[in-house]
Amino acid sequence: MNKDTSHINSLENEAIYIMREVAAQFEKPVLLFSGGKDSITLVRLAVKAFYPAKVPFPLMHIDTGHNFPETIEFRDRLCKELGLELIVRNVQDSIDEGKVKEESGRYASRNMLQTTTLLDALEEFKFDAAIGGARRDEEKARAKERIFSVRDDFGQWDEKNQRPELFDMLNGDIDHGQNVRVFPISNWTELDVWSYIEKENIEIPSIYFAHKRNVFLRDGMIWSAEDDVVYRDENEEVVEKMVRFRTVGDMSCTAAVLSDAVSISKVVEEIRDSTISERGARIDDKRSEAAMEKRKQQGYF
Amino acid sequence: MEVLKIATAGSVDDGKSTLIGRILYDTKSLTTDKLEAIEKTSKQRGYDYLDFSLATDGLVAEREQGITIDVAHIYFSTKKKSYIIADTPGHVEYTRNMVTGASTSQASIILIDARKGVIEQTNRHFFINNLLRIKDVVVAINKMDLVDYSEEVYNKIKADFSELMSKRDYQDQKITFIPVSALKGDNVVNKSDAMPWYEGEALLEHLEQLDKADIFNVGTPRFPVQYVIRPKTEDFHDYRGYAGKVYGGDLSVGDDIIVLPSKTRSKIKDIYFYDEKYETASRRSSVTITLENDINVSRGDMIVKENDLPTIDKQFTANVCWMDSDQLNPGGKYIVQHGINKVLAKVDRINHKINPDYSGFEKDVTGLEINDIASVTFKLNKPIFYDQFRNHRTNGSFILIDPQSNNTVGAGFIQ
Repeated sequence: MNKDTSHINSLENEAIYIMREVAAQFEKPVLLFSGGKDSITLVRLAVKAFYPAKVPFPLMHIDTGHNFPETIEFRDRLCKELGLELIVRNVQDSIDEGKVKEESGRYASRNMLQTTTLLDALEEFKFDAAIGGARRDEEKARAKERIFSVRDDFGQWDEKNQRPELFDMLNGDIDHGQNVRVFPISNWTELDVWSYIEKENIEIPSIYFAHKRNVFLRDGMIWSAEDDVVYRDENEEVVEKMVRFRTVGDMSCTAAVLSDAVSISKVVEEIRDSTISERGARIDDKRSEAAMEKRKQQGYF
Repeated sequence: MEVLKIATAGSVDDGKSTLIGRILYDTKSLTTDKLEAIEKTSKQRGYDYLDFSLATDGLVAEREQGITIDVAHIYFSTKKKSYIIADTPGHVEYTRNMVTGASTSQASIILIDARKGVIEQTNRHFFINNLLRIKDVVVAINKMDLVDYSEEVYNKIKADFSELMSKRDYQDQKITFIPVSALKGDNVVNKSDAMPWYEGEALLEHLEQLDKADIFNVGTPRFPVQYVIRPKTEDFHDYRGYAGKVYGGDLSVGDDIIVLPSKTRSKIKDIYFYDEKYETASRRSSVTITLENDINVSRGDMIVKENDLPTIDKQFTANVCWMDSDQLNPGGKYIVQHGINKVLAKVDRINHKINPDYSGFEKDVTGLEINDIASVTFKLNKPIFYDQFRNHRTNGSFILIDPQSNNTVGAGFIQ
């Protein structure tokens, strides 16, 4: 075996090493699962890291209630097939309890509201490490993120006071009440994730592939018109197009792209030639230049 | 395809972020939406050129002050290689980030402003690159457009820098000088017509032809046990696998090994990667190993080849880069994290400190301030299994953790 000849293998080896460090250094880790390709990749890496033993931590999904139905169906099937424990916490509950207030208007999204539900859930289960699928190439505030990123008692990110990470050494020492966000695929790019999904033949939700969908155009972006989650003016005309999604976040802030890519190899080809970044279709990042940094400081993952 | 990690170092306003932005732009790695954001902000600020540094300066404070505070990681690829650039800040107070960025890199770029030449910080950047034994260093002499692309200026800087090189400890380090203008794009990705006197390659051309075999440091195999895998299921009732990453060299089935610290002997029975068996585990692969004998191995133990033992000792001397605002003092207690192993350590003595301008040593030092680099002797509460940093990059390095704050407060390279 020559595991370090290829780029993707060396990323895989690094991620498996990080998964094992999480299991060894923390008492109660959890893997944050969104149903997106990055968290599906994390699950695959966790399975490989501990084989033939079971993955020694549960999955947790913070459900905005605005997920694509395909994602939820996929999530439940994956956990059943792999025998993984799944915890679900709902943003709707946080709204009902009056902890957060639903946004209104044409750009309303539950994406921001997730943070409260996530922090509450981490506290409820006393999780001391939360593994997430964030990547440094996604966004420039994320480019500064550590692999082990310490959060204070309020779940906040102190971006100017981060622990240096040298060589392979990961310092997971924390005080009671603090927790660590762990990003095993920090050094992967979007293309790396897709190449890995292709190489490992990993199943992903159908909305990642080109399909016919009723959509409408706004601000140069394509929005799904098939659910009432996305606010649509009456004068915004609905048309049918061949589209796919590059990210599967909350439906209310995830736009589609025109695509003919019906298979993984076609998707890989498309990403390779793409001139738009992945988060270019995420309206939540376009709110301001520092949108991601602000959300991260507040505890978003 | 291979991946090359590169650290960058330069002083404030040397144009480091601009250089990286230029590489991204000329290799067409900037996506349309990112480019639009750069155009929009450059225009808002009234610049008459595209400010490529906006591509990398990610934090609000950085954009406000126009400087880089924290290590940012930037990704791009060419047909030949995938690159990860650690963009590390050049300010005096952020030296720790530079050490951090350099620790995971195989090559580095030191930027010099052609108008200013070799300055005190250049000493620091070169010293750190040499201390961390980065194999391939590019000295990019930037802003050549502002000195009329003068060969004389270039030669003067080259001569001044060569004087620093005579003092280096790591003599095998390969150093390449390239005159560039990041703003104008000269000799960054494409060879420039403005400097016909320069016969070498453009920066990216140089990086493209670096041979991976040359830039990775190789030593002897070390296998720190990260995690013990015991499935306790019917199918794998007696399975006891040792999960970890192989460092320094390869391990193969049938190798005679010793487990440290117990010094128990055994043989490698199987090597697994997920559900597949392999004959050999190559360096840097995360595998699971089973042994012939049923012996007691736990996290923090190290599996090594029988005839290739590391030093096993309760004390060592190391070059330490101190990264905390609280002083390091003799008698101070810290946690040494050596790989995955954590042991309690006490500072026995500070042998000498390297002068801030790296001109020599300072003896009789009572404490280390943030960004100081010094030779320090530690005593440990139990032995660790180490190699000298010069022989083994991973097994010769460690971090220091403050047991009160849990913060990483220093990094060390064992002498």
